[in-house]
Amino acid sequence: MGLRRYLATRGIILFCVLLTTLLLTIMLVGSNMDIILKKGVSIQIRSEITENKSLMSSFKDTKELDQFIQNRINDRIKNLGLDSPWYSPNRIALSMYKIVTLDFGHATFLSSDSGSSLVSDIILEKLPRTVLLFTTATIIISLIGIFLGALAGSKTGSKIDKITSSFAVISGSFPVWWIGMLMIFVFAFTLHLFPARATPLIPPNDPGYIPSLLYHMTLPLITIVLIGFGTWAYLVRNFMINVMQENFVAVKKTIGISKRKIVFQSALKNVAPPIITVLALSLSGSLGGAIITEAVFDWPGMGRLYFEAINVMDLPVIIGATYVLTAFFLISIFVSDLLYGYLDPRIKTI
Amino acid sequence: MGLFRNDLSASILKSRVGISGVGILLCLILVSAFTVIFIPLDTYKQWNNPSSWTLFPRSALPSWVNVFLVKKIPEHQLLENTQTAIQTGQDTRKIIQNFETNYSFDYFPNDFIYQYMVEYQGTPVLEFDVTRPDGITLHLLSYSLPDLKSKSVFADKVFSTNESIRKNILLASDKFAFPINNMPIEEVIFSKLSMHEVLKGKYTFVIKISTTDTQSAIHDSKLIIGGKVFGLIGTDEQRRDLAIGLLWGTPLALFIGITVSVASVLSGLIYGVFAGYSGGKTDESMMRFNDIIYALPALPFLIILAVTISNSIFLMIGFLMIFGWVGIAKVSRSMALQIKNKQFVEASKTMGQKRSKIIFKHIIPQIMPYALASIAISVPAAITTEAGLSFLGLGDPSFPTWGQILHDASTHGAVTRGLWWWVIPPGIMITITGLAFVFVGNSLNSSARIKS
Repeated sequence: MGLRRYLATRGIILFCVLLTTLLLTIMLVGSNMDIILKKGVSIQIRSEITENKSLMSSFKDTKELDQFIQNRINDRIKNLGLDSPWYSPNRIALSMYKIVTLDFGHATFLSSDSGSSLVSDIILEKLPRTVLLFTTATIIISLIGIFLGALAGSKTGSKIDKITSSFAVISGSFPVWWIGMLMIFVFAFTLHLFPARATPLIPPNDPGYIPSLLYHMTLPLITIVLIGFGTWAYLVRNFMINVMQENFVAVKKTIGISKRKIVFQSALKNVAPPIITVLALSLSGSLGGAIITEAVFDWPGMGRLYFEAINVMDLPVIIGATYVLTAFFLISIFVSDLLYGYLDPRIKTI
Repeated sequence: MGLFRNDLSASILKSRVGISGVGILLCLILVSAFTVIFIPLDTYKQWNNPSSWTLFPRSALPSWVNVFLVKKIPEHQLLENTQTAIQTGQDTRKIIQNFETNYSFDYFPNDFIYQYMVEYQGTPVLEFDVTRPDGITLHLLSYSLPDLKSKSVFADKVFSTNESIRKNILLASDKFAFPINNMPIEEVIFSKLSMHEVLKGKYTFVIKISTTDTQSAIHDSKLIIGGKVFGLIGTDEQRRDLAIGLLWGTPLALFIGITVSVASVLSGLIYGVFAGYSGGKTDESMMRFNDIIYALPALPFLIILAVTISNSIFLMIGFLMIFGWVGIAKVSRSMALQIKNKQFVEASKTMGQKRSKIIFKHIIPQIMPYALASIAISVPAAITTEAGLSFLGLGDPSFPTWGQILHDASTHGAVTRGLWWWVIPPGIMITITGLAFVFVGNSLNSSARIKS
């Protein structure tokens, strides 16, 4: 199986996953969605008719009016195709087609900062912020992690190795959002160093918005890095230990190349493939974890959008956000497959 | 099998980390057992019922903070009567109850409440007095209970804000060297005569109920002296005793964590071994299905499932299992691929043993040490995920899990208001539980690795 074939199979699988996710989401929220859509139609028609004064005065009594409204609602529901049950294949296929082509429709309750109620507008506004926070955090985490892990892995059993390993185990057991609460308590309310809410108060079109956003980003960033880098360092350490036992390291040692040079030049190059794969995966994984972290810090990104949408049951937003989150997740799995295949020559020859 | 178990326990106990893991785990199990046996089941059923917590203080600090303070904060006291005397005459009965407290705090109490339940007939008179450490007795209240024509139970509360108590205390205003007109009543009762400062010492509150019914009886009677510290952990905004919440959270967390991890590791194990042993098309399609589940974003899905289907704790355990078995299935498949080519498996195959027998008798026992380690290691993830969902407000509100307590804390702004005793203990419990399982799992894992 060549590299191309391997990637093609992976690509197809991941696309199937995307469709499955979408189908599952629609199935899960479908019945509620149906009720909400029908309610929306009836409210819309009622207001249309009551606003039309000349039409209103043409009815003799309320019974006739109700009858008229009911007929209009039924007509509209039929026109929109809402008369068939939500689980009919036609409707599911239609809604899946719409979402695959990124037509998420209008949000029921939520709106973007600029006032648009289009789900795609809302998501486009929130997504960059989540990417900003979590990509920055992941990059910092991986840099610290690679450095510490390389140090620890080249001197197994040393003090730095023991500290790194135990810190990794301990920090991995803390829930990030709980540490977030403590960080807010300590740095925002006791020391007054950082703002507690991560949403800047300045409107987004103000020139001071970006610096303010970055300042508000500091506390969540520190928290995510603090909890994350231990696990990374431990991972790199374990990769490193394997590489350090290989022959070429021993040869270089006997030639007299300094240990530091061996670790940071040759050995790190050899652990690069798994590290880059993990990096790609953790970038996407962090997006999923963003839901709780952003809720704690009130960071105005995808995670909080998702949380708000769940709270008010804004179904179009839920479906859209799930789709986008899944797509990101799958793209990064694909990229990591791609990198792995590219960097690890064994895959090509399988 | 016995030998194998001894091996494992020996290897855990060899490493220091393993011992501490087992130690913490034993403590948690003991706490769970203690909770289930000694804490009334009612306390957790009533967890969300505000009316069952009215006697407790609102957002009280844990009482041990007094150890670190120079000026002691008054403790919230729920006093039972220390002594009951009943004098029965020809056609009268007098019930006298004493409530004693040694008040040694540096601030005045918030308030006091007397709660009682009496069974009587006719019109009894209730008298309420207090004797202070300096020997002065203040008359607080005397009033007649409602006229009951037939014998029945009457329950009521007397609050320190009662207007008659205020009037009775004002009658003694000449005893105090400072004006008491506008003071809260508890600040007068607990004050020195010479100046407005707490008088420390033994206070005795006396309740007298005089009836014309010789069969009358007090069923329930409590005196609450309101303070600002309470119990081991303190209380929350809804007056709930957080210690009880944390105690009930322990068996719940262990139950959730262990059920989810055991079920998902075992099903993943069987799934993976079956796929690996069968090979060919079965293996291929089973692993593709595994890939699909593996690539589903777990948290968004868990949230949607919780919102649309149900947030009952048992269903939640099921949902967590859906996403838990995938990783184990991959690893155990690759292990099964190695083992199935070994001689003893080949031998039993040529002997004509059934496939299911080979899988369960020969392959799975080989992977068991690894599976046990995985069970231990995947417990924390299950606990933190459940806690995270509860924290978002998607958990089962009828169970006081640690995540649920943190959710309540965050909705009441505990962080911004500095109610640290509401935020820190549940998180510490989550972390400690997670660490215990990780410690045990890691030492199991390294022993499994050495063996293979």
